Amino acid sequence: MSVHEIEVTINGKKYKEQVESRLLLSDFLRETCGLTGTHVGCEHGVCGACTIHLNGSAVRSCLIFAVQVDGQEITTVEGLGEDGQLTPLQKNFIECHGLQCGFCTPGILMSATDYLQKNPNPSVQEIKEMLSGHLCRCTGYVGIIEAIQKTVEENSNHARVER
Amino acid sequence: MKPVKFDYYSPKTVDEALTLLEEAGFDGKIIAGGQSLVPIMNMRLSSPECLIDINQLHDLQFIEFDSDKVKIGALTRQAEVERSDIVQKHLGLLSEAVPFIGHVQTRNRGTFGGSLVHADPTAEIPLSLMALGGTLHIASKEEVREVNVEDFFITYLTTDIMPNEMLTEIHIPIEQERNGYSFYEISRRHGDFALVASACQLTIDHLDRITNVRLVLGGVEATPLLIEGANEWMKGEVLSDSLLQKVEDIVDEMVDPESDIHATAEYRRHLSKKLAVRTVKSAYERARGEANERS
Repeated sequence: MSVHEIEVTINGKKYKEQVESRLLLSDFLRETCGLTGTHVGCEHGVCGACTIHLNGSAVRSCLIFAVQVDGQEITTVEGLGEDGQLTPLQKNFIECHGLQCGFCTPGILMSATDYLQKNPNPSVQEIKEMLSGHLCRCTGYVGIIEAIQKTVEENSNHARVER
Repeated sequence: MKPVKFDYYSPKTVDEALTLLEEAGFDGKIIAGGQSLVPIMNMRLSSPECLIDINQLHDLQFIEFDSDKVKIGALTRQAEVERSDIVQKHLGLLSEAVPFIGHVQTRNRGTFGGSLVHADPTAEIPLSLMALGGTLHIASKEEVREVNVEDFFITYLTTDIMPNEMLTEIHIPIEQERNGYSFYEISRRHGDFALVASACQLTIDHLDRITNVRLVLGGVEATPLLIEGANEWMKGEVLSDSLLQKVEDIVDEMVDPESDIHATAEYRRHLSKKLAVRTVKSAYERARGEANERS
């Protein structure tokens, strides 16, 4: 049994595909589904470029086989914004120069989005620890940290206004 | 880097998983979080013919408080252990150790049981469990047997588990007396394998005398190294500079680390001594209710 049929929801859309058991989820997303926003770097869980959300948690898609996600829900970077609009976090990455070549960006956006949902008010140190799971060779991380901090500030201002 | 072909099964019950394991024999391998297994499969350092995916066995995903112990299911994610109020309250050592494992993104997927059965000599969960004590429940088609953590680790990446068996749950006793804990590790970068790690769990009486101590070092031997006999010479003592010096001397005598590309044996020996002293001191201070913050 090395070929399986799986049905998986990606960014709200259902995909029904035949997959070989050894096909990595990262390759499934890129090559089978054509969702090339998820990048593949090291393929052993170190660089973080392939990070996606599986059932709402940020995980490495290169360390999961596609066959394992049958019946589950996935969000990739393509699914972050709605109606072609960027999320506030994405806008702040542009604003704060949080990217240059953009290779690491999708993974970091997925991690940071999940992280801020679970920890709405992280310290700089905590942001750095979360980012330790991602390699960026362009920015030196400063812009990335600023973009995340700015998003945290905006979110808390927003929450205050709502109250 | 792509793994070689394999057969894949996703059992829905523990019994079904055990039947598959029995049939697969030496060719079968369980996958849970896969945060260590998939990298080595991608690099083709491992090529199991048959993968048995236990991610659907939700019965093995729990953290339960049970009067004098905490029970943790083998499939519980490391991130769940990290966020658990029960663990925070009763097994502080684990709360302190888990954030050192890999990164947030790998802890979201990696499991508590997976780290134990993988048995990397530098890994945080095996080290902490050795300091806390506890029993591992190991199931096969025939029986469920209980193994004390002291008898579980055999050598590098090798445990007492047979090919037809799987780890199902872990029971960890809760310390009832005044107690303190401490975990610390040194690695090149956050999330890297530890060069040396140290865990200490100890109890003291009403006069602040040590009544029991478990000091464990990781990264210095093929398995977590419990400093045996520490109880004999620390029991009844109040912490002092001379006692800490003795800790350093005994650790120096007991460890026999190896050199590799990351660190020399000499540096690992130095770290072993200093981290042992640091964790004993910090655990003792915690037990006395002093500084909770590590300087």
